[in-house]
Amino acid sequence: MSTAPTELRETAAGATRRRSALGLSRRSTVGVYVVLIFWTLVVLFPIYWIATTSLKSPLDVNSGPVYLPGVDYEPTLDAWDWALNTEGNQTRRAFVNTLVVGVVSAVITVAVGAAASYGLSRMQYRPRLSSVAAFIGSGVLAVFLIVLGLPWPTAVLVWTAVFAASVATWARRYQFRLTNDDIAFWLISQRILPPIAIVLPLFVFFQQIDLLDTQLALIITYVGANLPIAIWLLRDFFANIPIDLEEAAAIEGATRFQALRKIILPLAVPGLVATFLFILVFAWNEFLIATVLSSADAQTMPLLVVSQNATRGPQWWNMSVLIIIMSVPVIAMAIFLERYIARGLLVGAVKH
Amino acid sequence: MALPDAIDARRAPRSAGERTLFPREASTRRLLTSPAVVLVILLSIFPLIISAYLAFSRFQFVSDGFDITFTGLDNFRKLLTGSQSRRFVGRIGTIPWWGWLALVGFVGSMAWTGVRAVRSAPAKRVRIAVSRSVVTIAGTALLALMIQTLQGDGLPGSVVVTLVFVLAGVALQYTLGLGLAMAASQPLRGKRFFRAVFLIPMTITPVGAAYMFRMISDTGKGPLEPLWSFFFGAGQYTWVDNPWGARIAIIVADTWQWTPFMFIILVAAVESVPDALLEAAKVDGAKAWHQFRYVTLPMIAPVSLTLLLIRSIEAFKIIDLPQVLTGGGPGTATESLALGAVLEWRALNLGGSAAISYAMLVLTTFFALILVNYGHRRAVAAIS
Repeated sequence: MSTAPTELRETAAGATRRRSALGLSRRSTVGVYVVLIFWTLVVLFPIYWIATTSLKSPLDVNSGPVYLPGVDYEPTLDAWDWALNTEGNQTRRAFVNTLVVGVVSAVITVAVGAAASYGLSRMQYRPRLSSVAAFIGSGVLAVFLIVLGLPWPTAVLVWTAVFAASVATWARRYQFRLTNDDIAFWLISQRILPPIAIVLPLFVFFQQIDLLDTQLALIITYVGANLPIAIWLLRDFFANIPIDLEEAAAIEGATRFQALRKIILPLAVPGLVATFLFILVFAWNEFLIATVLSSADAQTMPLLVVSQNATRGPQWWNMSVLIIIMSVPVIAMAIFLERYIARGLLVGAVKH
Repeated sequence: MALPDAIDARRAPRSAGERTLFPREASTRRLLTSPAVVLVILLSIFPLIISAYLAFSRFQFVSDGFDITFTGLDNFRKLLTGSQSRRFVGRIGTIPWWGWLALVGFVGSMAWTGVRAVRSAPAKRVRIAVSRSVVTIAGTALLALMIQTLQGDGLPGSVVVTLVFVLAGVALQYTLGLGLAMAASQPLRGKRFFRAVFLIPMTITPVGAAYMFRMISDTGKGPLEPLWSFFFGAGQYTWVDNPWGARIAIIVADTWQWTPFMFIILVAAVESVPDALLEAAKVDGAKAWHQFRYVTLPMIAPVSLTLLLIRSIEAFKIIDLPQVLTGGGPGTATESLALGAVLEWRALNLGGSAAISYAMLVLTTFFALILVNYGHRRAVAAIS
């Protein structure tokens, strides 16, 4: 520890040298700060406005703009009281729904996505296109059988049987095989699909099996919707972890799973954390799918926010409180994990 | 297929020679990817196939379940020429002289670059010619539609409105994100603070952001009221009644929310440009602007294109902002395709809704393929 001051001085000298080589003159430094501070204000002002609105009475909001609590209006906790006490049960239910749906779907998405990305970055896949077609074709057949009135266990049985039969017979003859890049591209490109095209059939499906308005329906749908993003981010990340480490482990006699647990996972933590954060934010804030698949019991926070725009017009004060309540955990996490985001996933996504 | 390139084919699978690296590899291999593949097939491909069937039929809820009648291309006909064409396509106006100029310029440049592409790779000339013609025809049609509906006597439908949101929004977000990334990657004190703060808008729920901007853009009760009354007189002006005012409000809110996404990735990209290259340029006497233009920009071009691709794909699905901020109005001035599809779903016209979704899918795919085929190749050629 006694050498610390020297080290510090050396890094400081290094920083100055770097500044003189690449850095800025005094005038441009001021300019850059002006830009950064301006954008900070742009980012923070709407949030400031929400925060002050949450402390206003309806009269303060409707009589024209007032800016400073305690100066040009008297702050009141009425809206907070409404959200936490009067309608406390409703707020709690929506918050718990958001939390459960967001966290569970993000955990599943990252786990499934990480396994797939790891596999795609380390091993070779050569599936026959005809087998994939057989799987989808027999599945479509099963769906139509369900529509025609067949009970679903029978339909699943038909699906498996037709699929197995096809793979054993006609699908063998076609030799065209897919590569890792094809699979990755196909998985990632699912993000192009408009959510409403996916949600309509799922809406009918969940309605038929009585899962509408449950957390489970939302979790399942979010996993499907966010998996492409997780794979896109994590594939880059795993591909950037040197393969030599696993080779060394293999020579030492480790199994694939031992190598995965002891070597790859510790290295992958930043990427996994950052991806988790991204996926969580998507699921946490999602509105369209939630509005189709849930109404009361599984209502999430974004739906509750929108429901404050009722027949009497938007209840700005209540809405502000709800937006703050639902945003604080995510903002706190984003700021707390900013280091991970910068270092882990995004550096991974950027390196060549 | 060229798309994997853009999303990422920077690294070919390195696994060629290590199939026997670990024992019992085959079962592990299947175990790793099959959950993802099965989930995507069940949750994306099947719904997509069923949606396709819906798009060609009329769907009705009846007392005990539902009833589907196959109606062929009826839903699409309605969108393009029938009762929904005003909302979907818009009102077609005349093309002004500069519109013809732009169209001729577009076709001309496509033909010019097409001829050069065929010359440079004569072996693939049929493929190039076919793909170029498709892009030229579809691109010209879209461009003509934009010109015809956006100027004078036309009225844009949801196709053009969505395109305006995507083009203007993504361009703005990229430019701002890049500028901020350049600023925040300078050796400055407190840059971690700025980076953390700049992330915040992305974490706010889009509907929340939409209501925020509805408050802020309110000309009577919003915080900018003094500004509005100074410029437009007290209470005389409401941007909600003005189509372009409403569209600009949406683009501003979208930019506020999604610039951070561009920003964080571009910061990482800008910082990964090797210092040695910048110093070499500096030694050669390059000014700051030239360093940026000839070193940094080409180096970050591939990342930029991936970013533009991802953001455009997401932007085509824009719905929360117009729904909350303007309700798609005034009239249908801010009704995006996704919002149109949801409104149809609300009216229980599932077939029409699916048809709009499919139109979206085709449009997004077309846009993405153009970005990839024309942009990505050029970006890669620029640095190599």
